[in-house]
Parts: sequence; structure tokens; C-alpha cells
Amino acid sequence: MAQKPIREHNAKNMLAKFWVEYVGEGLVLSSKGAQVTPDTDLDQLAKDHPWLTKEKLVVKPDMIMGKRGKHGLILLDADYDGVKKWLGKKRGKDVTVGDVTGELTHFLIEPFVNADHEYYLAIKSNREGDSIYFSTKGGVDIEENWDSVTTIEVPILANIDDVDVESKLPADFDDNAKYAQMIKGLFKYYADLGYAFLEINPFAVAGDTLYPLDLKCRLDDTAHFEAGKKWGDLVFPAPFGRKLSPEEKYIHGLDEKSGASLKLTILNAKGRVWNLVAGGGASVIYTDTVADLGFAKELANYGEYSGNPSTDETYEYAKTVLDLMTREKPQEGRHKYLIIGGGIANFTDVAKTFIGIIKALKEFKDKLVENNVLIYVRRGGPNYQAGLKDMEDLKKLGIPIQEVHGPAYSMTKIVASALAHEN
Amino acid sequence: MMVQEKPDYVLFDENTRSVVFGYQQNAIQGMLNYDFICQRKTPSVACIVNPTREGFHVCFWGPREISIPMYRTLEKALENHKDVDVMVNFASMRSAFPTTLDAMDFPQLRTIAIIAEGIPERRSKMIVAKALEKKVTIIGPATVGGIRAGAFKIGNTAGTLDNIIESNLFRTGSVAYVSKSGGLSNELNMIIGTNTDGVYEGVALGGDRYPGTLFIDHIMRYEANPDISMIVLLGEIGGKDEYEVVEALRAGKITKPVVAWCIGTSAKMFPSGVQFGHAGARADAAMETPDYKNKALKEAGAIVPGSFNDFDDKIKETFDKLVAEGKAKPPSDVKPPVIPIDYKIAMRDDIIRKPTTFMCTISDESGDELSYAGVKISEVFEHGIGIGGVIGLLWFKRVLPPWGRQFIEMVIQVTADHGPAVSGAHNAIVASRAGKDLISSLVSGMLTIGPRFGGAVDGSAQMFQPAKDSGMTPEEFVLHIKKKNVNIQGIGHRIKSVTDPDIRVTLLKKFVMENFPSHEYLDYALEVEKVTTAKRNNLILNVDGCIGICMLDLQAGIGLTKEEIKNNVDLGVLNGLFILGRSIGMMGHILDQKRLKASLYRHPWDDILFDLPERPPGWEENK
Repeated sequence: MAQKPIREHNAKNMLAKFWVEYVGEGLVLSSKGAQVTPDTDLDQLAKDHPWLTKEKLVVKPDMIMGKRGKHGLILLDADYDGVKKWLGKKRGKDVTVGDVTGELTHFLIEPFVNADHEYYLAIKSNREGDSIYFSTKGGVDIEENWDSVTTIEVPILANIDDVDVESKLPADFDDNAKYAQMIKGLFKYYADLGYAFLEINPFAVAGDTLYPLDLKCRLDDTAHFEAGKKWGDLVFPAPFGRKLSPEEKYIHGLDEKSGASLKLTILNAKGRVWNLVAGGGASVIYTDTVADLGFAKELANYGEYSGNPSTDETYEYAKTVLDLMTREKPQEGRHKYLIIGGGIANFTDVAKTFIGIIKALKEFKDKLVENNVLIYVRRGGPNYQAGLKDMEDLKKLGIPIQEVHGPAYSMTKIVASALAHEN
Repeated sequence: MMVQEKPDYVLFDENTRSVVFGYQQNAIQGMLNYDFICQRKTPSVACIVNPTREGFHVCFWGPREISIPMYRTLEKALENHKDVDVMVNFASMRSAFPTTLDAMDFPQLRTIAIIAEGIPERRSKMIVAKALEKKVTIIGPATVGGIRAGAFKIGNTAGTLDNIIESNLFRTGSVAYVSKSGGLSNELNMIIGTNTDGVYEGVALGGDRYPGTLFIDHIMRYEANPDISMIVLLGEIGGKDEYEVVEALRAGKITKPVVAWCIGTSAKMFPSGVQFGHAGARADAAMETPDYKNKALKEAGAIVPGSFNDFDDKIKETFDKLVAEGKAKPPSDVKPPVIPIDYKIAMRDDIIRKPTTFMCTISDESGDELSYAGVKISEVFEHGIGIGGVIGLLWFKRVLPPWGRQFIEMVIQVTADHGPAVSGAHNAIVASRAGKDLISSLVSGMLTIGPRFGGAVDGSAQMFQPAKDSGMTPEEFVLHIKKKNVNIQGIGHRIKSVTDPDIRVTLLKKFVMENFPSHEYLDYALEVEKVTTAKRNNLILNVDGCIGICMLDLQAGIGLTKEEIKNNVDLGVLNGLFILGRSIGMMGHILDQKRLKASLYRHPWDDILFDLPERPPGWEENK
């Protein structure tokens, strides 16, 4: 649960859908856009959107990434044949943006607009409320032109209708009242629909029509129960370069259905150190500790379970991790490490959550042995004594449990105990 | 009693009284257990708000039970408990916002802890703004809460009693901490509780992006509180809230030692976009990284370890230095009172045992799935054993073969109703028309079932079984009964006769003859019928008799001994089939009357013979 970006195509469609309701009819929003996904047939797309073959176009990846222009990932002022040719070279290809390499799968095609004016508009959440940023000098150079940006603070308990927007707009601007009304409407849309960040940079203006050329936003996904109806069946895509594996998707699905929290991110499937850790904070410390001890490259996953998950949920979670970690045997003579860790729980029943993990460990006994896995346990909290005893008992079954510790043993020492084996 | 005046830097003390919003029984018991081992004089939970129920909640206070008042609204609760100044809000992520907003309108509340995770950020910000305006301290959302060691704890903070004792939280120390994470706060309790004189106070801010209060809010309270010797801060990746502490350190506003660490230092090793467990745990700028924060804290004068692994050592070193300088004292040796172990836990851990007062051998819903005589409810449907099969399991503890199940279902259908005139239906109708509800009317009809109405099912079985088993011939049997001067149960019909047979009996007989593995009792009864109908045409085996006798064959057919069969008959099993079947019809009549809106039934005078004496005997003498 956090602020999450959505695809530009979805964001623009949503804005267009609610434009009249929130902003009114004074200024019109141009909403032509066609999405290209891995399944899109480009000829069919042209039939569905006849303007594609009639207008000059822009095409760019729509994959939650910045600096597309800098990486040659925008094609401007092209006809549809040009777009198709360009897409032919880019679709399904790996590109590197910054430190991240990923496959280009989603694109957005829009009309090419050559406008006289390009404006900047953003709304951003902060602790006291929201800040509205506006400038008549929008575009990629907005950072350099930051002096031109007007900032309007809207305190969280204020009514936007009572906030003076009009007089704060630049003096060289032709129709302040009209734009003030648009900004207020947009703000209401932003607040009602659970946005935490909305930036249109730039939007071009021709007469009374606005063209949002580039739009970035983040929604607060906890607002789903208030704004979900307006969102429709919106999908929060993984950030560029992070294609969710089926296992990650599976755990994500469990997490969404559950009142508890279940998270899994594969960092390096070939890594030899696997964490099966309880607690949002504790899991970060375990990750830090593995890295501090010089094993960042061997760390296979980030993950956590918390909020008193059911036995079934911990079973499914553990099974997924064990399956992943036993797919490829380590080199002869090397070990893999499973750290079943966690802090001292406040209210999670440790023995109960361990029942699910133990069931999975029993099922994977042979594979754990084959993969030379060594298991280290540290946990505290309600009923931890019973949980640890159950873990101890697994030794008798030949499950490679090495050490089992309670809350008196420091949380991070268990990682050191495990990795000491490497030296 | 009103709230006692406290300095602003004190949120909780050993007299703090709270209202718990939400019926969180475990958390409430946990708070009371904590009060008890801290040797508080009064429970820290003064009252509970439960929108769906009012009354009292009974829970333990040490070895004995006490009751805590429960109200439907916060207004009522606070009106009746003027000494409450803390609210522990367990409302869900949907209702946490409105309940907290309302709560801030009650000036007596100084502190509100919000436990729910998943409150929209915009809502949290509104809470923050109103709290500033109303001067209310908010802890949370998305937190376990906080603790004032030796005095008060919020909800589930610090976990179970054994942990509280191991971490020495039952007495007041002098080290105060503030942590972002609620889970890690318990780790801090252990670290501080075992390396210093103990925790004075600890607050978990919660993992959201906009928590109600920030590190600086609590650290400035700790700085102002003379009972606190040092401060521990545990921050994390994401946000910039730690920098307010950096600023205060630089400006010399914090004079007490601060041991600080921000977790998430490993994030830099991984590709962008890993969202850690907490909503706010993501670095969008260099300043939000833990490395940057740890460095800034260190440069501003905080004591910062090399990693979390050394955090406990740094805390110990710092405290020991304070002791050496005379600024802190070594731990006191207060011992906590013992709280009796919970019955549930003692049972679970085989520490105690107790004889049961109840026994059940037919059904069990205490496991994963309801079962009837060992057959899971899902299997009941998987194998389609039907109502007959279920009766077999619950009444006979047997899986009836298909012919047995089918026969029982036939019996239920055949006995379901017999028109409105029979006494059962009549009584039910009269009761229904008197405006009684379904169950009262049904019972009114049911109570007529007995020796004269419907009782012949049991009666016939009781007469025929011993007769046949003892080897009496049908003739001897008829003669034997005649000598007793009673009727043969199950024989005789008011209208039907040999020439005009009861179709119900015909159907049942046919089924038994064709499907039962043996039907000796029925054969015997039919021989008896030959004898009786020779005397009079309507002395036929009637439907009650036929059911009773065929049920003897059914039980023999599934392998019950004669003794077991007799026992079942004496227990009333056969009559039970009649009761079960007929209740269907009676309910039909009751519903029928209600739909017809039939008015109160009154029997007409002209249908009653009034035959009273002029005066009762002895009237003149005794009046």
C-alpha cells in the first residue's frame, strides 16, 4: 500500500472521462490516444482509431520511465507508416534507461501538436496539504526555468474554491479567470480521485483546446475504497524493468486478497541467500545485514509476511520461496542459506504462522537436502516457544535446520551465524 | 474524576485512563495484564466503544474478573468517564478517519492512537491538520502504538506477558525511543530493556507516509522530560522526517544523547523500484536514503552505529557512560507480580487437565469442517447420501445403504401431512390463527403427537417385535392381545379396508418387498393382518403400523441386533420419523393460515354440548 504510478494512457483516459464533470466546458481537453500493447495488431488499431492515418503522430513507450527523449525513445511528427516502422524496431526490444534494463512492451501514440504555447501544471502532495505549480514556460527545460513557476499552496483543510488562484497566475497570461477555473477543477479531480502527484508537462494550448503532451501521476492506492469506482479496472504496472515473475504475481495476488501483508520481490533468482522474514521493518534489517556482510550479490529475494497471516497463507508463501530456491542446485561443495527470521512480534501468533512454514519445509525436505540448503531460525513474539520447538523437531526428520533462536538472540546475529559458514 | 493536570511532555503515566474504540478483546486483556504487572491501582481501560453493542465486557484483572463498561458512542463513553484522556482507536481503515475526526472534537482527549493500516493519505493529512489545531497528539496510523514502561501501553504493543517480563517493561527505566516501525519497536524494547535501566517510553510512529506525529515531536518531549536520560531513534528509508531531528541537534535544542539508526541501507544495491514493506519506505531522492540520513545524524552529533547489528552495543555504551557520569542510575530490582496462566494456554500446553461434563458422539464442528458421525459435510454432498443418509448418520450412527436411505425418505414424504382435521394440524392451525409465531404454532401441533395420535409407529413395533421374536404364531399373537383387552397397535383403519386399501401402505409394502434384503417382520405382520381382516374387513395393517414394522426390518437389514433394535424403538426413534415428517405438513398449515390472514379461531357454541348441573353439589352448605 503506497503511492503508485499508472500508465500515461490510463491516466489521460481517466482525466478525459472526468474532465467535464470537474473542469467544465470552458476549456476542452484533447483526448486522442491509442495504446500499443504486446497483443496489439497495428492494422486493426488504425481501423479502431481512424485519425492515426490522417494526422501527424507522436509515439513513445508508456512504461513508467523518465528521460525518454534523452534515450531516443520518442518519435515526433511522423505518419502512421513511420510509427509502424519505428515500433517494428522497438517493440519487444530490451533498452537500458539509467541503471535499469527492460523490455519495451507498451507504447502510446498521440497526435503531434505544434502549438505556440506550452504550459506547465503540477499538483503535489505534502504533509500540510498540496502544492499547485504553474508556469507558462512548460517543457523539458522546466527545471532550468523554475523561476517562472508559480506555487500555490492549498492547505489540506481549505476548500479550493476559497483559494485565490487567479491573481497568482502569471501577469502575461491572457485569460486568468478561465485558467484559474480549470486549475481548481483539476485540483478537485486530483483530490477526489486519490492522487498524490499529477504533472502535465507540458500541455499545449490552441484556442480553447488543451493538449496534455506528457502526463505523469501517482495514485494513493489506499484510496481505493473511496475512489475505486471512478478508477474503474485500473492496473498498477510494475516499474520499468521490473517484470513480475509468476511467483511474484502469485504472492501479490495473495497479498491483495488478505488482511495480512505478504510481499515478495526476486532480486537474483540464482542467489544463495534467501530470506523468509516476518515484519515490514525486520525484513529491511535482514536485507541490510546480508548486504553489510558482503553478500548483496548472493541475496536472492526481498520479502516479508506480517499482520497475523493464516496458516494457509504462510504455507503458500513459504512454498513459493522454497520452490524458487531449490530450482537450480548450487555448485559442488557450496551451500544455500534460508533465514527464517523476524523480530519480536506484537500480536502475530508465531507458532501458528510457523505451522504453515513447517508444512512447506516438510514437503520440500528432499529438495532442500539436494540443494545443500542450511536453515537458520530466529523469532520472538506470542507463543514463540511452541513455534521454535516445532522448528527444532524438524531436525529429527532430516530437514537441515542448523540453529533455532528466540528473542534473546539478536535479530541480526542469526544472519552472521548463517553466513559465517561461507568463510 | 477529572483528568489530572500533567506537563505537556507527558502523554501517559500510571494514572492514565483510556477508551478503546472497537471491541478488541485480546488487546484489552493485554492492556489490563500489563497494568496489573506494573502494579497500577486502576485499569488503564476505563471503557470501550462498540458501535454494535452496549453493556459490559468482562475480563481479567490479575487473578480475578472485572467488568468494563461498553458504549455505542464515544460521546456516551466520555460523558461517563471524565478521567479518560487517551483513545486507542482500533476502527478499520474505512472508519478510522471519521471516528478520529469526531474524537478530536472532545477536548478531554489529549492523545489518540490509530492502529488501522491503509487509511488514504489525504485523510491522514486531514487528521494531522486538525490535530495541530486542536493540540491533540496522534500516534499512527498503521502502528501498534507505544508504551510508557511501568505505567501504560497502547493495545497490542510489546506483545505477550513473557516478552514484557523478559524486556523488563514492568518497571520504568530512563531510555525513551521513537521508531517508525511498530514491529521493530518490540525489538527495541528487548534491546533497551536488557542493555540499560530500561524503557521509559517508546512510540512507534507507523509506516505510512503521513504519520500523525513525527520523530521530532516525541524527541522534543523526551528532551523536556527530566526523567529521561537518553533517546533512541530508529528511522528508515523514505521521507525526510529524520532531518528535523538533525536540525534540532545542530541547533543545540537536544542536549541528551541520541543513539540513532535508519534502516534500509541495502536499498542502493538493488535495481530501483523495490517497495519495502512500509508504504513510506521508498527513496525518491538522495536525501531520503538511509545512508544520507545516518550520515547527517552522525554529523549533527547523534551516536550512529555502523549497522543495526551494533545498535545494541552503542545503546549500552551510551547508557553506561551516563551511569559513570552520574546522569543515570543502574536498573532497579522491582519484581513483577505473577499473573495466573490462562486456562486456554495451560490446556494447550498440557499443563492442566480437566474432566469433561459433556459428551457427543454424533457430530463435531470444532475441526476444519463440520462432520456427522465422522462423515464430513462435503462428503455428504459428494456422495449424495440425502436426508435419509443424514438421518442414518445422526440417529443410528450408520451409513445407511441406498435402500435404507430411500425408505426413510419415503416415510418422511408419506407422513408429511394428513389434512387439516387431524389433531396435530388442527392445533397448529388454531395456534397460528391466534397470532402465534411459527415455532409456537408448530409446538402446539407437535404436542398432540403421542399414544393416540401418531404413536402407533412406536406402539406397533413394540408389540410385533417381541411377538415375532418369541416365535408366537400370528393366531397366538392376536389371541394374546385380545386377552389383554387392548387393540393391536398398527392394525385397523377408520375407512380403508381390504377392498379399499390405503395407497400409502401399498406403496411402502411394495418398496420393502422389492428392495429390503429381508422383511421377516413385515411378512409376520401381513400374516397377522390375514387373521384380523378375517374378523373384520377394516382391521388392516395401517400406515403407522406399516412404518413401525418396516423400520424393524430396516434395522435388522443393516445388522443391528435384536437388543439394539428394541433399544432404538424404546428411545422413540420410530416416532421421531413421524414427528419429522409431520412437522413439514404442520408448518405448511401454519404458513397457509398466515397467508390467508385467517382470524382468531373460536369454536361455535352450537358445536358444544353444554351439560352443566344447575348447582354443584354442596353449594348451599359451603357458599
